[in-house]
Amino acid sequence: MAMDNTFEIRDLRVSVEGKEILKGVSLTIRKGEIHALMGPNGSGKSTLSMALMGHPLYSVTNGTALYKGLDVLGLPPDERARQGLFLAFQYPQTIPGLTVSSFLRMAVSARRGLLVRANGDARPDGPRRPGQDLLPVKEFLRELKEKMAALKLDSSFMSRHLNDGFSGGEKKRVEILQMALLNPEFAILDETDSGLDIDALKVVAEGVNRLTGPNMGVLLITHYQRLLDYIKPHVVHVLMDGRIVRTGGPELARELEAQGYEGFRPSADGGEATHATPA
Amino acid sequence: MQPLPSDLEAVKSLYKEKYGFSDAEDYVFKARKGLDERGVAEISHLKNEAPWLREYRLKALHVFAKKRMPNWGGDLSAIDFNNVYYYIRPSERSEDNWEDVPEYIKNTFDRLGIPEAEKKGLLGGVGAQYESEVVYHSLQEQWTKQGVLFLDPDSALRDHADLFRRWFGKVIPVADNKFAALNSAVFSGGSFIYVPPGVKVTVPLQAYFRINAKNMGQFERTLIIADRGSDVHYVEGCTAPVYSSDSLHSAVVELVALEGAHIRYTTIQNWSNNVYNLVTKRALAHAGAFVEWVDCNLGSKVTMKYPSVYMVGAGARAEILSLAFAADGQHQDAGGKVVHAAPDTRSTIVSKSISKGRGKTTYRGLVKVERGAERAKSHVQCDALLLDPESVSETFPYIENEEDRATLTHEATVSKVGEDQLFYLMSRGLPQVHAMNLIVRGFAESIVKEMPMEYAVEMNRLIEIQMEGAVG
Repeated sequence: MAMDNTFEIRDLRVSVEGKEILKGVSLTIRKGEIHALMGPNGSGKSTLSMALMGHPLYSVTNGTALYKGLDVLGLPPDERARQGLFLAFQYPQTIPGLTVSSFLRMAVSARRGLLVRANGDARPDGPRRPGQDLLPVKEFLRELKEKMAALKLDSSFMSRHLNDGFSGGEKKRVEILQMALLNPEFAILDETDSGLDIDALKVVAEGVNRLTGPNMGVLLITHYQRLLDYIKPHVVHVLMDGRIVRTGGPELARELEAQGYEGFRPSADGGEATHATPA
Repeated sequence: MQPLPSDLEAVKSLYKEKYGFSDAEDYVFKARKGLDERGVAEISHLKNEAPWLREYRLKALHVFAKKRMPNWGGDLSAIDFNNVYYYIRPSERSEDNWEDVPEYIKNTFDRLGIPEAEKKGLLGGVGAQYESEVVYHSLQEQWTKQGVLFLDPDSALRDHADLFRRWFGKVIPVADNKFAALNSAVFSGGSFIYVPPGVKVTVPLQAYFRINAKNMGQFERTLIIADRGSDVHYVEGCTAPVYSSDSLHSAVVELVALEGAHIRYTTIQNWSNNVYNLVTKRALAHAGAFVEWVDCNLGSKVTMKYPSVYMVGAGARAEILSLAFAADGQHQDAGGKVVHAAPDTRSTIVSKSISKGRGKTTYRGLVKVERGAERAKSHVQCDALLLDPESVSETFPYIENEEDRATLTHEATVSKVGEDQLFYLMSRGLPQVHAMNLIVRGFAESIVKEMPMEYAVEMNRLIEIQMEGAVG
C-alpha cells in the first residue's frame, strides 16, 4: 500500500516506437531520501524519467507508479506536475519569445492551484480578468529574485527567453530554479551534471542540497560518480539493459567507478551477473 | 496527448460571446442591396458631396465593373456583389460627445471596451465607426490647438476640402485594383488625419470599426498626411457579429509621410469568420521619412492585405510587421510591399504567421528596387508556425531588383510546435492549451511587443481566444 510519503514504481515496462527499453523496473523512494540511478548509455535511464513524467512517445506497457494513492501513469504530464512531481531535463527545450519570468509565473500559479485545480478542472470563477488566475506580480517577483540569487543567476535572466541562447550550465541552473519555485515532493534529476564544468556543478549541487529535505524524495540519474561527490545519495541503483541489476548504499557508486559497468551486466541467459547480489 | 482543439464552433462561440453579438437594426437609412449608378449617386447625394467627388465615384464604379477579380490569393468566388448592403447610415450625424451617441450603439462600443482607453487618457483622439458612418469623433484640445486634424472624411470634405482633395486618391488611384475601385465608388467613413509640420502627436489616435448588419459591406477610407518632421501613431481595431452569411470589408488606406515625418499605423483586425477582408494600404515616404505598418490579422474568412511603402525620397525608411493567425477554415493571405525609388532607402519586412487546424496562411511580398536607388537595403524575414498536421503555410517572396548597388536579404522558416516543447511546458504543470498558448505567444512576441501595452495585452487575449477553442 503506497503511502503519501512514498513514490512506488512497480514492474514498469516502457517501449519507444515498439522497442521495449524498460523491462520491469521497481523502486520505492520515500520522502527525505535521495536515490541515485546509475547506468551506462542506453541502459534506459532517460526513458525512466520521460515515462514517469508522461512524455507521449514513451508508452507504458506494464506497471504502476503510485503516489498519494494515485497511479500517476494514468495522468497527463501537467497533472503529474501539479500533484508534485518534477523532472529536471537532461536537454531542456528552448521556447523562443517566452520570457523566463512570464513562464515561471504561470507554472508556479498552476502548481499552486490558481490556474487550474490540481486535478485539471478549470477553476469555477466565472468570467476571467487577465491575470486573475496568476500569482500577484509583486509576490512572484520577490520570490523569483530570491531564488535566482541563490543559484547565482543574474536578474537579467527573468526577461530572457526560455533557454534561448543559454549555455549548458545556464540551462541546468534554470532547471533547478524551476524546481525551487515549483517545490516538488518528488524530483527526478536527469543527468543534471552533464555539460557542467566543476564550478557550475558546485552551484547546481548546492542548489539541489538546499531544496532537498524531509519533505522531498529525489531520483538522481547520472552516468558518473562525479555528481555524487556533491550530492550524497542514501541509495544507489544500477540500471543495465532496462533492469535494475543492483541496489546498495553509497559505496556501490564507488565500486562502479572502480570497476566500470561491464561487471554488472546480466548474463546472456537473462539471469543476473555474479556481482549482482541483492543488497 | 489529446489532439489540439481545432473546433471551429467553439472558437466561434467564444468570439460570439465577446465580440460577435449584434444589435437590432434601427437605422436612419439603409440602402437596398446591390451596386449600380443610382446607388452610388445616392450615397454621394446623402453626403451632400461636391460634383467632382460624385463623378469620381461614378467613374470608379465603371473601373470596378471592368476590372477582373484577382486570379491569385484567396478564394473570392463566393462573393456575391449583388447581395451586399453598400451603405447604412446608423445615426443622423457624428457626435463629439459620447453621451449623444445613440444608446444601442453606445452600449455596443461600451461592451467592446472602446471608450475605456480614451477615458484613461491613453489616447489623443478616438473615432468610432458603426456600419458606414463614423458615429463618434474626438480629439484632445492639446492637439487641436496645434493644428492637428482628426476627422471623418465627410467632415474633412466639408471643412478642409482643398487639403483633402489635394491628397485623396493620389497614393492609391482608382484603377489600382478591383477592390480599390470598389472602395472609391462607395467609400464612407474612415479617418482623415493631418499633422502640421514639426508636430509630434505623442499618444496614439485610435479608430474602431464595427460591422453590425448581416451582409454588410464596410468601405471606410483613411487618409493620413504627416507634414514635414511630424510624428503620428494611428491604431485601428475592428470586429463584427458572427453570421452564417458573408460580409465584406474593403478599405483603402493612404498615408503620406512628407520629408522627415514618421507614421506608425497599427491594425488589430479581429473580424468574425464570415467577413471577406480585402484591403489596400499604401504609404508614400518622402526624403528621410519613416513609415511603419504593424498589421495584425486575426479572424475573417479570407484576408488579402499587403501594406506597402513607396520610398520616393532619399534616406526614406519602411518597416512592415505582419502577423497573421489562420484558424480552421480561414485563409490569411498577407505580407507587404516595399518599393525603393530613391538612394539610401532602407526597408524591413517581418512576417509571422500561425496556422491552426486546416487554416492557411500565405506570405506574399514584393521588394522592388528601381534603378538609381543606390545603396538601398532590404531585409525580409518570414516565419511560419504550424499547429496541426493539416495546417498550411506558403510563401511567395517576389524580388525585382534593377540596381546593382542594393543589398537584399531574405530568410524564411517554417516550424511546427514540437511535441517536446509542449511536453516541456506541460511537465511544469501547464495544461496543454496554456502550453500551446505560450508557444504561440512567444512566436508572435517580436511583433506584439511593438504595440502599446494595452494593445499588446488585448492582442495576446485575442490569440488566446483563437487558441482556446474546445476548452471550457
